[in-house]
Amino acid sequence: MNHGMRVDGYNFEFSGISGAVTALRATVDATQWRETCRRAAFDGGRLVALWGSDGSDAGAGFVVHVALVIGVGLIVITLPLADERYPDISDIFPAAGRMQRAVRDLFGLVAEGAADERPWLRHAAWPADIFPLRKDFSNHQSPVTSQSGAADDYPFVQVAGDGVHEIAVGPVHAGTIEPGHFRFSVVGERILRLEERLGYKHKGIEKRFEQMDFMEGAQLAGRISGDSTVAYAWAYAMAVESAAGLTPPPRAAWLRAILLERERIANHLGDLGFLGNDAGLAFGLTQFSSLKEDMLRLNYELFGHRYLMDVVIPGGVARDLSADGLARMQRECDAPERTVARLKGIYDEHPGLQDRFITCGRVTPELAARLGLTGLAGRASGQAWDLRVEYPCVPYGELDVRMATHRNGDVAARVTVRFEEVSESLRLIREMLARMPSGDLALPVPAAAAGAFGVGWIEGWRGEVLIALEAAGGSSIRRLHPHDPSWQNWPVLEHAVLGNIVPDFPLINKSFNLSYSGQDL
Amino acid sequence: MIKFIEALLSQLAQTMLVVVFAPLMLGWVNQCRAWLQNRSGPGVLQPYRVLHKLFHKDALIAHNASAIFRSAPYIQFGCMALAASIVPVVETNLAFSPAADVIALVGIFALARVFSSLAAMDIGTSFGSLGARREMLVASLSEPALLMVFFTPLLIAQSSSLTVIVDTLAHREFAIYPSLAFAAVAFVMVLLAENARIPIDNPSTHLELTMIHEALILEYSARHLALIEWATAIKLTVYCAIGIALFLPWGMVEAGDWPMFPVAVGILVAKLALAGAGLAVMETVSAKMRIFRAPEFLGMAFLFAVLGLLIRLLLGA
Repeated sequence: MNHGMRVDGYNFEFSGISGAVTALRATVDATQWRETCRRAAFDGGRLVALWGSDGSDAGAGFVVHVALVIGVGLIVITLPLADERYPDISDIFPAAGRMQRAVRDLFGLVAEGAADERPWLRHAAWPADIFPLRKDFSNHQSPVTSQSGAADDYPFVQVAGDGVHEIAVGPVHAGTIEPGHFRFSVVGERILRLEERLGYKHKGIEKRFEQMDFMEGAQLAGRISGDSTVAYAWAYAMAVESAAGLTPPPRAAWLRAILLERERIANHLGDLGFLGNDAGLAFGLTQFSSLKEDMLRLNYELFGHRYLMDVVIPGGVARDLSADGLARMQRECDAPERTVARLKGIYDEHPGLQDRFITCGRVTPELAARLGLTGLAGRASGQAWDLRVEYPCVPYGELDVRMATHRNGDVAARVTVRFEEVSESLRLIREMLARMPSGDLALPVPAAAAGAFGVGWIEGWRGEVLIALEAAGGSSIRRLHPHDPSWQNWPVLEHAVLGNIVPDFPLINKSFNLSYSGQDL
Repeated sequence: MIKFIEALLSQLAQTMLVVVFAPLMLGWVNQCRAWLQNRSGPGVLQPYRVLHKLFHKDALIAHNASAIFRSAPYIQFGCMALAASIVPVVETNLAFSPAADVIALVGIFALARVFSSLAAMDIGTSFGSLGARREMLVASLSEPALLMVFFTPLLIAQSSSLTVIVDTLAHREFAIYPSLAFAAVAFVMVLLAENARIPIDNPSTHLELTMIHEALILEYSARHLALIEWATAIKLTVYCAIGIALFLPWGMVEAGDWPMFPVAVGILVAKLALAGAGLAVMETVSAKMRIFRAPEFLGMAFLFAVLGLLIRLLLGA
């Protein structure tokens, strides 16, 4: 499997990555690094993730990895570094900018030529010369805070002009939501510029993984972003299985897909309710909330957890679905389908709501393609990518998933895509329940060789979740990088609000509903 | 002398009635909204529980707050209590009524608004200024519309005193005025805007950037917040009472008719309950407008009020 292979348009050899993901990897030099990215962008490929790694404990140096999607599937390009510097690729893939800033904060590796050199994840919590993800930084060593508790002085971009003023929102908000700071430059109510500052939820998840074994890591992976616990847990399990060379039993794969679709439906229902509520139609929130609550209660009864945490484990799944449970879930697909169809009718025909949704927060397909908008928000802006369709893993290959897309790219389009995905997921669940294979639930995970590399790549409800894992031998983890689609989509939100009015921002933000925890790590 | 004491007693009874039971009105509206949304709701007494809670907390005040910030809640509460004393709710014999007419009433509402906006800007947070700016946008459009609404009944009664207007409409020979129908439509629209209800504002939102009225009071806590919340409830009740006085005055008792007083209270409660339920229906079926639709909405209210006035002036109807 690991013999070299060539890919058209790339002048170096790739080796395969075993596992459920169609993935190749290659090690390149600095020139090839940029060439590869440019070539991939030219061919319509996209950036999935960029992360660093410290090989000093294994006698190597620093490397940076970039994961790209090109026609053949996922490619992971690795660049070994001699001097803690690597060529910037944010001019090719704008979404790389913040990832490179995070790599600098965590590893001290500098993207040479990058336009933006401000810190990203590092606030005042640790000094600029401490790099927590380096192997010589111990977790038990308490980082000295640079400005003990004081707010750091982050240079926001200023907009000058007559009548321009700034509105600073967050990180503490009036509602119970995740922390993020939004700096608006406005004239009257019109937004001239929005700058986000995230990183308030940085909690050192990547470092924590390095002290865990494969099974412990599954619990942490399921808690990276609570609303995508199945997507993360599955991507993690997939990465572990890929590194350890294990194929999970079919029944486990089918059950995982059912869980993933239930997670998608629950999140979409919640979002649809809140989108109505944020436009002042509280009626929508109560109706969708009760539908979501029914889903969550059934989750609890059948799988022991409302949000399905800790059900997906490396090697398979932790809980089986009994014949009774299966029949029950089948029955409980009908009621939401009917109600959602009626609510869709109400949303579609409500003039006040449509007035708020249509043309609000528009991202044109051209802009979406240039900035690399991904996932659900991407599909609403004509970016027809869905892993379940493009690179289906078991069982999606047998299910003929229909992708929901839209070209308008406004709040209304993101609402429509959600409605369509809810009914498609209900259909998929029905079909999977009808065809559920029997067999083992989980297989024991064998030891992985030191340095073994694994990837997991799952289309969560928000978009594609990637987990890249390097094994340290046995069942321990040398380096793990979880990547949330929010990395790509947060910067696009800054563009989506331009020219809109300030009171429409919450609605636009909700229509993206991006993760803070998932990208602050 | 006896007549004056009677008027004073009646005045006291009415003001107390409105001030004490205003939170109940708010609770009723919220409860109706909950029912319409298929929720069970917190019950009609919830606003009292909130007030009780707030009055028992320690107030937090920004370091740079001036006297305006501290006094604004009292001024707002005072203004609303005064407004409650001017509007006849069960009886037209009010001691204070000669002191202020409908035009002064608009002024009292404006005074409360000016102080709440000043207080919001006083501490210099971006949301305070944002809210004050929007509040003034809405106010600059709703106040002229409100004055226009008052002119039609004022012309019919040939007086700007609310008690005289009510006496004319309720206690003379029965007549239907089409002009008042137009004024009533305009009044409902103004009521929604002035009381920060959907579709202009959303009283239950937690999204700072969309707020108008809530943005003004974000920095208030404890007794100050309680007074403001109470004043908001009184304002809503007073507005409903004005609507009843102008457009549905039947059932109010004339001066000195004490035996009928309880009956009039009962009729008032029924009317307010209907008004609250109607308000809840309107709020449930509509979404909040973009803020720049507010001028269109209030322009429409102004237009309806002017139409009513023209019908009265040109057709005498």
